[in-house]
Amino acid sequence: MTVTWATHEADYFDRSEPLVAGVVVDDHEIAPREGWSLVVRAGRVLTLVDVGGNQSGDCLIYDAADRDVRYSVQATLAAQRNAYLVDGAVLRDQEGHPLMTIVGNEVDRQDTIGGACSKESNTLRYGHHTLFHHACRENFLLEGARHGLGPRDLVSNINWFMNVPVEPDGTLGIVDGMSGPGRRVALRAERDVLVVLSNCPQVNNPCNDFNPTPLRVVVTDPAVAA
Amino acid sequence: MTDDLGAGRRSDTATLAQARDDARGRADTAVEAMPYLPPATSPHVPADVDPASLVWAETVAGPGYTHMTVARGTRIRLEDLTGDACAHVVLHSALNPAERLNVADTQKIPWQAYLGTGHPLLSGDGRVLATVVADAAGGHHDAFCGVTTLAGNVARYGAGAAHTATAAGRELLLLAAAKQGLTARDVPPSVSFFKGVRVAADGALDWTGGGGAGATVDLVAEMPLTILIANAVHPLDPAEAYRAGPLRVHAWAAAASSPADPWWGATPERTRAYLNTDQYLLARGIR
Ligand SMILES: [Zn+2]
Repeated sequence: MTVTWATHEADYFDRSEPLVAGVVVDDHEIAPREGWSLVVRAGRVLTLVDVGGNQSGDCLIYDAADRDVRYSVQATLAAQRNAYLVDGAVLRDQEGHPLMTIVGNEVDRQDTIGGACSKESNTLRYGHHTLFHHACRENFLLEGARHGLGPRDLVSNINWFMNVPVEPDGTLGIVDGMSGPGRRVALRAERDVLVVLSNCPQVNNPCNDFNPTPLRVVVTDPAVAA
Repeated sequence: MTDDLGAGRRSDTATLAQARDDARGRADTAVEAMPYLPPATSPHVPADVDPASLVWAETVAGPGYTHMTVARGTRIRLEDLTGDACAHVVLHSALNPAERLNVADTQKIPWQAYLGTGHPLLSGDGRVLATVVADAAGGHHDAFCGVTTLAGNVARYGAGAAHTATAAGRELLLLAAAKQGLTARDVPPSVSFFKGVRVAADGALDWTGGGGAGATVDLVAEMPLTILIANAVHPLDPAEAYRAGPLRVHAWAAAASSPADPWWGATPERTRAYLNTDQYLLARGIR
């Protein structure tokens, strides 16, 4: 049985351009449902493009020189005293030190409380028939293993282009996204960082509009003219 | 900060005999923050608990930390004695420490960001590590902000190392983890009891304070569990001075959740989480 549950090419796709000018040092399209990772050197800017619109890009960030130092949603949210990520947000490690900064953002708010999908949590959320659906945690484990990372290194992540509102009574969950084809977010590395991305394969909730599509990753170096 | 009134010079200690007598003479000192052994002799046994069932009894200093591995079915009561405690909790499966508290799943899967009675504390593996089975703290808990950091406390209070009176919660969790053979990578996001945060319409995280002196929360271990607890100031605590009062812990042999408990069937997601947990333990021969 071949399962695709994805769209690799469509006339509405918009691969856009880097949000921050500079020489292009990396340019990669992450196919639907795949993982990807790269080291972004301090000062360089990663632009993530939502090629097909409302495609969640699950993201973990590590200090490239010490992977025990990694993104902390709680240190990030406590420091900014807000549950959502917007332009200017500083993405912090567990000790509160900056890893990356959002220097450009074309959706109303970015999510970091919804976590990553997993085969196991799919069984809770949608029933045991979803156990064999591919998931972000699989991508994180596979991509992380290339860098010596394992399950003990997986923490609450960021979900670029995903929409998770919190209602007054605490109800929270994933609803239709606010992004669209070609929308972007740009992240400046505050030190050398390892960025691990999962192009979310989820097809049981609206985080990918039930249709996984590509994500484009472009890294520019603003210190060097294009 | 919880004072230790038992310390300091008491008598001559020039000879080994004197020093030994002095050391042994200190042991009858009772202070506020200390463990009670055997647990059944705790001077503070909760009224609804048979002392003979106790497996752990302790008052944790503020700031301070504790950690314990407990059996499935252990009920753990935390009490904020003065209204100034904040219990930052991380849970690991004692069967596999790579399985641990996943705060995102703990909020997302029940479709509920705020912790209260019946809330499952989930691992990243689709199972329940523990359940909040009673909340007498008015819902003043938080799963968004985590712990204070060394650098943050140095900036705010002048110090944040574990030995200082303004210790950072993360420094204490790292020590608790180390005692269990765990390292920094094993200390993921945590949940905080007795200090609350709510999310405003614009996303702002608003401090709601605590449940007051005597507030309690009860957890039940749904599998063999290692619990790490840092009792330290909450990151959003608005008080100018560092706040951390004593935290009391009593744990006793009880029962894991079952279909007879209202939270088991409260939502379909929770039911499947308990089913996954029970099958996982069934296969290992753990009932
Ligand atoms: Zn996903």
